[in-house]
Order: sequence, then structure tokens, then C-alpha cells
Amino acid sequence: MNGSSPLLAVQEVSLTFKNVAALSRVSCSVQQGSITSLIGPNGAGKTSMLNCISGRYTPTKGKISMGDRELTGVPAHKRTGFGLARTFQNIALFRGLSVLDNLMVGRHSRLGYGLLASVFYLGKARREETRHRQRVEEIIDFLNLSPYRHQTAGHLPYGVQKKVELGRALAAEPELLLLDEPMAGMNLEETEDMARSILDINEEWGVTVFLVEHDMGVVMDLSDHVIVLDFGRVLASGTPEAIQSNPKVISAYLGDDDGLYKGR
Amino acid sequence: MSMHKCGLFYTTYAREDGLFPSKFQKTCLALFLAAMLACPQFLDSYAVSVLNLILIAVIGAVSLNLLTGVCGQMSLGHGAFVGVGAYGAAIFSNMGAPFFLALLGGGAVAAMVGMVFGIPSLRLKGIYLAISTLAAQLILEYVFLHASSLTGGANGLPVDPPEILGFAFDTDARIFYLILAVAALCVLAVTNVTRTRHGRAFVAIRDYHQSAENVGVNLFAYKLQAFGLSSFLAGIAGGLWAHYTMYITPEQFSMGLSISYLAMIIIGGMGSVIGSIFGAIFITLLPELLNLLISALGGFAPDLSAIIVPMKEGVFGLMLVLFLIFEPEGLARKWRLTKAYWKLYPFAY
Repeated sequence: MNGSSPLLAVQEVSLTFKNVAALSRVSCSVQQGSITSLIGPNGAGKTSMLNCISGRYTPTKGKISMGDRELTGVPAHKRTGFGLARTFQNIALFRGLSVLDNLMVGRHSRLGYGLLASVFYLGKARREETRHRQRVEEIIDFLNLSPYRHQTAGHLPYGVQKKVELGRALAAEPELLLLDEPMAGMNLEETEDMARSILDINEEWGVTVFLVEHDMGVVMDLSDHVIVLDFGRVLASGTPEAIQSNPKVISAYLGDDDGLYKGR
Repeated sequence: MSMHKCGLFYTTYAREDGLFPSKFQKTCLALFLAAMLACPQFLDSYAVSVLNLILIAVIGAVSLNLLTGVCGQMSLGHGAFVGVGAYGAAIFSNMGAPFFLALLGGGAVAAMVGMVFGIPSLRLKGIYLAISTLAAQLILEYVFLHASSLTGGANGLPVDPPEILGFAFDTDARIFYLILAVAALCVLAVTNVTRTRHGRAFVAIRDYHQSAENVGVNLFAYKLQAFGLSSFLAGIAGGLWAHYTMYITPEQFSMGLSISYLAMIIIGGMGSVIGSIFGAIFITLLPELLNLLISALGGFAPDLSAIIVPMKEGVFGLMLVLFLIFEPEGLARKWRLTKAYWKLYPFAY
């Protein structure tokens, strides 16, 4: 769990939108094989951070690298090739596709055939479709999605859609998985189920997980390492135990006991 | 996505991915094709000419559905792309190119033009893109009319009927087989695209373009491919049209044609291949059926038919509106429901 080389390194990243600083000089790292969580109050810049890593936003300043390869400046659609996959806070499934096809799209960059092969569905296209279908079926089994395999994603219940989105990210066989609030809006059982999936993905598949989550119980239970953001700055970073007892974190986020009496 | 027969179990993925996995479906397809092939033997040449128009409309509608229904890129210029293919094929053909080469050449020119007008799709979405494709329609119509050295301008451009290895497809019945074959190939091509990597990427762009990008779909490249492929097939439809009617003029490829293709895919069902076929049949047959009705009425109620004739366009529009209200997801959904009903018949569920 404590490999010495960070898989993801964020160095002095700043992101501003017309003078509003969403992130200022954020530096953090995610160790290979760990589950690292990013927490912070609403508007702290957690999702902005994920968007910088996944390539939707380009940081105004700073550098993001994965392993020894620089990510900054690489277009979002090429980052899957670096071993990066993500899920979204609000479900971002392809509603018109079946669960199976959603996962197959997840493997998009692993399928290599061109438009002509698509048009004629000959040899290579047919072989690759079958081969990748097998891999996708393993993920479907792993996430217990088989009853929904051929159903249209948009018609599924919320909890299942969240899982399908996780499956789509997994289908790319990433090294680093970015999860943006995977437990948001879930009930207790769904949360436990999701937590179990995340642990399995990390332990059995060896995928490094970078998690943004509001459910503190989940964060403290799952994480090897926690990073706290507040107003776009890193407030603290350390093991869950250290974070829970850090006075700055307590006053900014977890809420200190005296806060009530001081009229906050 | 697809509805399969009860009690059909698959042992391999390849078999499940097949287009017609059950024997019943294969038999139906064979019977349908046999019926189509026999058509010219039993129908008069007018009916065959309507069939030819339907088949050409099927290619146009299927290709527009790939772009607008599957990939979500609204196009109001599809009629003009068909026109580019028609003029391209006609010009190549008049220069002495063999039929298939001229047809493919027309398609290729249409694909290039379509891709150029697809470039704004990187920045523009929905209704804004629709307006920019409307500009494509107007610009191309202007070119058809004014580049008279190439297109013959307002006088139009004569084309010889197709000839392959000395066999001239010069009657409705003969050219029917040619158009049927090309239409079947085009429908198969679009079906293949929708069930493979590229089609999935197109739907991904339509449904959620941000996450499409994050799974590795290059938005711009794939939008351009959708424009290119769709316009290529539109060009093929145009090439067939040119060789079939043997005379093309700019007004054949006006705004109205673009709108009627849109009507076909909306009535048929957005994003559905079989829906585009239904839509093409419906929109092409509707005026014919209205004509039939009028001439039938003319026999015993000439006054009534005299009233209806000027109302023909209105009736056409009314049918469209009613359709949108009562079956907004199109004929494809009706088809699915009907199939589901017969699958379980005589049980209720």
C-alpha cells in the first residue's frame, strides 16, 4: 500500500475562472495501489481538481503527471491511453445504449478497428467485438449487473446506473480510477455495496483509486490517505486517523464542538 | 436494444451478435427478399417507379438517421448533400466513367462536402448546428444553380441510364433490381456501423459528449466521420436518383427535400434503422395514397375531390402533426410493440 513512487502527482496546480480562483497552488499525490480520498466543503474545488486530472479543464498554472508521463496539455480523449478513467458526480451514462454497450464504449480506445471494418463488420471487427465482449462480461459479472445486461441504461434505477458508470470506467482497464461521489444519493445498502466494489477493484484488480466523497464514514473506512481541500487550497493531507484529529480540518470541515457557542 | 424470440439461448457471443439470430427471422428475411424480387413481375411500371423512389428515399433517410438520430447532429442540409452526390455522379458518368465508379465518385464528393459543412459541429450544437447546416443547404443550392458550366444551371443536366457490362438498366423494372441491391447494401452498412465501435461512439456523443470524451472518443474526429459517412450514403442516393430520373435540376434538391428526409426519420423513429425504412415508405407513399383517394372520389363525388385536391398539402401536414402527437417515438416503436405482442400471443404477459 505504501509504494514509494506516486502514480499521480499534482504540482502547484492553479485554476482560475475570470479572477475566481477555483484551485490555488494545489500539490498532492496519489500512491500506486492506494485508495486516496479528496474531501472538503461544498465549493472547495474537489470536482475542479478531478476535471483538471481527467482533462476537461486545463489548469491555469502547474503540472499534473502520471507515472513519469506528463498529463497537462494532453487532450481528454487521449488520457484513457494513459490508464486513466473516471465517473461523474451526476450520472453521465449513455442513456440510449444498453448496459452492455455502455461498457463496450468504455473499451472504446482498446478496440482498434477502423470505420471500414465497422461498415462491413468483417474479420477484424467481428473478432475484436467478441474478444472484448468477453472482458466486458467479466466486469458485468463482477458488479452483479448481469440481469440488466441488455436493458437500456437510461431506464435503470439510480443505484444501478451508478454501478453501470463504475463498470464503464472499469471497462477501460485503468491504472487510476477517478470516482466523483460514487455514493451520492444512495441508501445504506447501496453504499455498502459500492464500498465493497471499490475495495475489490483496489485489492483484486490492483487499480489505484482517487475518490471524492462526502460520506465521511465511507472515506475514513476505505482510504489509505486523505487530502482535505478548502477554498481551493490543500488544508491537510495524511492518514484518516491524522485527518480526524487535525484541528484545522475539524474547525473548517468536520465542525468543532465550540463552533456552536461561538455563534458560527 | 433488439427484441429476440422467447426461448432462444445463445452459446457464443458471436452468435448473439448476429443480425438474424433465429431461424424464424432468417426465413422472414428470405421471404421478404423473394417478394421484393418478384415485385416487378406483378406490378405495373408506375407502381415499380414508386418502389424505386421509396428505395432511394430509404438510403437518404437511413443516412440522415445515422447523422441526426444516432450521432445527434441535426442537419437541415441533407437534401443538398444528396444533390451533391447526384451532380457528382452525373458529371462523372457524363465524362464516361462506368456506373459504379461514377456512383462511388459522387458519394465521395458528397462525403467531402459534408465533412466541410460538418466542421462547425465542433462548436455548435442542436438548433445552432441546424442553422449552420441550413446555410450549407442554401450555399449548395446556389452552387447548383450558378455553376452552370458543371451543373447546367437552371437548365439541368441530362444523365444516361446506368449500363453495366453492356446491360442497360433503362426501364423501371430493370433499374429496380439495381436500386434494391444498392439500398440493401447501404442499410446493411448503417446497421453494421450502429452495432460496432463507431456507432457506439456516435451514440455516446449524442447522449453525453463530456463522458464520451473521457472514455476516449475524439469528439471532432467522430463527428466528422458521422458527417462524412452520412453524406457519402446521401451521395449514393443522389447518384441513383440522377441515373434513374435521367435529368437533374437544382430545385429537386431544395430545402423541401431536406425537410422531408427529416420528416421520414422523425416519423420512422430517431436512431432506428428500421424506423428510417418505415419513415421513407410512409412519406413517399402518403402523397400517392392521397392521389389514389382523390381519383377514387372523383368517380362518384367529383365536387368533393375538387375540394380535396388543393388541400392535399394540408392533409399531408396534418398527418405529420397527428403522427407526432400520437406516436412521438415513431413507427419503429409501433413495430417493437407489435413484435412484442405477437411474441407472447395469445397470453397477455
